[in-house]
Amino acid sequence: MKASTNMDLSIYAKRKRANFIGMVLSMSAMIIGLAFLLWILSILIFKGFSALSISMLTHSTPAPGSEGGGLANAIVGSLMIVLSCSLLSTPIGVLAGVYLSEYSDRSKIAEVTRFVNDIMLSAPSIVIGLFVYALIVVPSKHFSGWAGTIALSLIAIPVVVRTTENMLKLVPVSLREAAFALGAPKWKVSTSVVLKAAKSGVMTGLLLALARVSGETAPLLFTALNNQFFSTDMNKPMANLPVVIFQFAMSPYDNWVNLAWGGALLITLTVLALNIIARVVFREKVSV
Amino acid sequence: MNNVDSLMTSQRQRILRWQRWQDFFFEKTTMVFALSTLVALTGIIVSLFISSWPVLTTFGFEFFYTVEWDIINSKFGGLIAIFGTVATATIAILIALPLSFGIAVFLTETCPMSLRRPLGTAIELLAAVPSIIYGMFGLFVFAPLFAEYVQPALAGSLGQIPGVGILFTGAFNGIGILAAGLILAMMILPFIASVMRDVFEIVPPILKESAYGIGCTTWEVVTKIVLPYTKTGVVGGVMLGLGRALGETMAVTFVIGNAHKLSPSLFSPGNSIASTLANEFGEAEPGLHYASLFSLGLALFLITFVVLSLAKWMLIRAEAQKGIKS
Repeated sequence: MKASTNMDLSIYAKRKRANFIGMVLSMSAMIIGLAFLLWILSILIFKGFSALSISMLTHSTPAPGSEGGGLANAIVGSLMIVLSCSLLSTPIGVLAGVYLSEYSDRSKIAEVTRFVNDIMLSAPSIVIGLFVYALIVVPSKHFSGWAGTIALSLIAIPVVVRTTENMLKLVPVSLREAAFALGAPKWKVSTSVVLKAAKSGVMTGLLLALARVSGETAPLLFTALNNQFFSTDMNKPMANLPVVIFQFAMSPYDNWVNLAWGGALLITLTVLALNIIARVVFREKVSV
Repeated sequence: MNNVDSLMTSQRQRILRWQRWQDFFFEKTTMVFALSTLVALTGIIVSLFISSWPVLTTFGFEFFYTVEWDIINSKFGGLIAIFGTVATATIAILIALPLSFGIAVFLTETCPMSLRRPLGTAIELLAAVPSIIYGMFGLFVFAPLFAEYVQPALAGSLGQIPGVGILFTGAFNGIGILAAGLILAMMILPFIASVMRDVFEIVPPILKESAYGIGCTTWEVVTKIVLPYTKTGVVGGVMLGLGRALGETMAVTFVIGNAHKLSPSLFSPGNSIASTLANEFGEAEPGLHYASLFSLGLALFLITFVVLSLAKWMLIRAEAQKGIKS
């Protein structure tokens, strides 16, 4: 009797020890993850804020080795490219999401589209840059802001399609049936009832897509390229923040590296802000 | 009276026909947009094939396992870049896998309820940080520390073990295959962790509760109930992270060293497919060099395509399983 109790106790102790070790390890994994986020953010803020200045927002990128200058042309270029990307990918992505959710729930074609869409969601962005280079830059013989827009849209559209479909599926069927019972045609039900009901969810998807593309560098390298000067012509090579950061950070000039940190801070704050806004928008929807 | 009725009918028919036409038009429009991703995928594969055709006819399949990358003499082989891509992604997975498992376990089992949401959001924000930031961080902050403290320590400990030691020899540059793998690990960590957390959450509570009820510890519930139940989903999540790691450009380009060398040491600088493209494509002359870069792009796309398809397939299976069992 006594022996078995002892054995029980030793098994208990062993299991408790294993549990303790497992829990401590998982908690340390969490701490490592959080510490890394804090480390990156604090470095960015520390190095980025010292580079931030009014002249960074008003001056264009400086020549190699020179002092001063700013990122005005890159900021404007990035804004234009990302804005036109969202104008292009919103209708395409939302309508494609409507098709998947409303018109072809279980059909073969929808299954395949969904599968391909999820692959495109994580496809290497540099290959998308190559594709747009071969598709647009080669025939037109020059880099352009439009090519950059299209490359970014190819990345943004799958995100929009995915979230739109998921959000539309959350809309109760009874809402659709009520509209049908009033004699509304299907397209009207889809646009004025279902899409409207899922508005904030769809908005979340758009914001997340925007956040995703604002930091993308690789697809812009071979499409929008870069432009040392201030330009708002989308048919010409266009300066944009990610490519400028890449070029400047890899350069040996202190002034350029400094500007790169400033740009990096701007981009990260924008992306994180978009992410947080997207979450807030969606939470409001859930609570209603 | 009859007249009015027939007028109504014809009018109603006209409206109905018009509505049917509108419906048809709307459905086909949305379908065209939905198919656009399909077209894009086919377009990518076809255009990469066409652009890399000169290489495939000149070097044949040999391109994918030869080492030379001689721009002056137009002799190209992709092995160094392919090796770099696979090596960095493997290191990244080996490091990110246990860490993200730990994070997912913490978030689903031990974390106090009130902290779950904020901590989960923090991990998702880590996933949202643009990859170029990871690259800059790696080059300016991580690499110097890595060269000064970690590399000597690794060379002094693991580097002394016969056989494995050769992986940890060479100059302490701070940049190279291992550094790139570590930065990549940090980048894919949040992706894998959030997929794992999501699949852990589909485990029916009743299964876990019965295990706790017969006196299982949390660790036993995680390893003997949750993990077997979510096996496919977890593997799918890991493959998803692997797909990201293989195709990542910016985080790798900054820290891999960009040298066309094949070396057994993980400390030595190398090159991945994505970093080769990012560095050389801008200056490539039309011809074989250019086509070789496209072939590398094609190889990268095909590798990630296979990995991502497997990931997706496993996640779909995990989802289906949830439907049956719960």
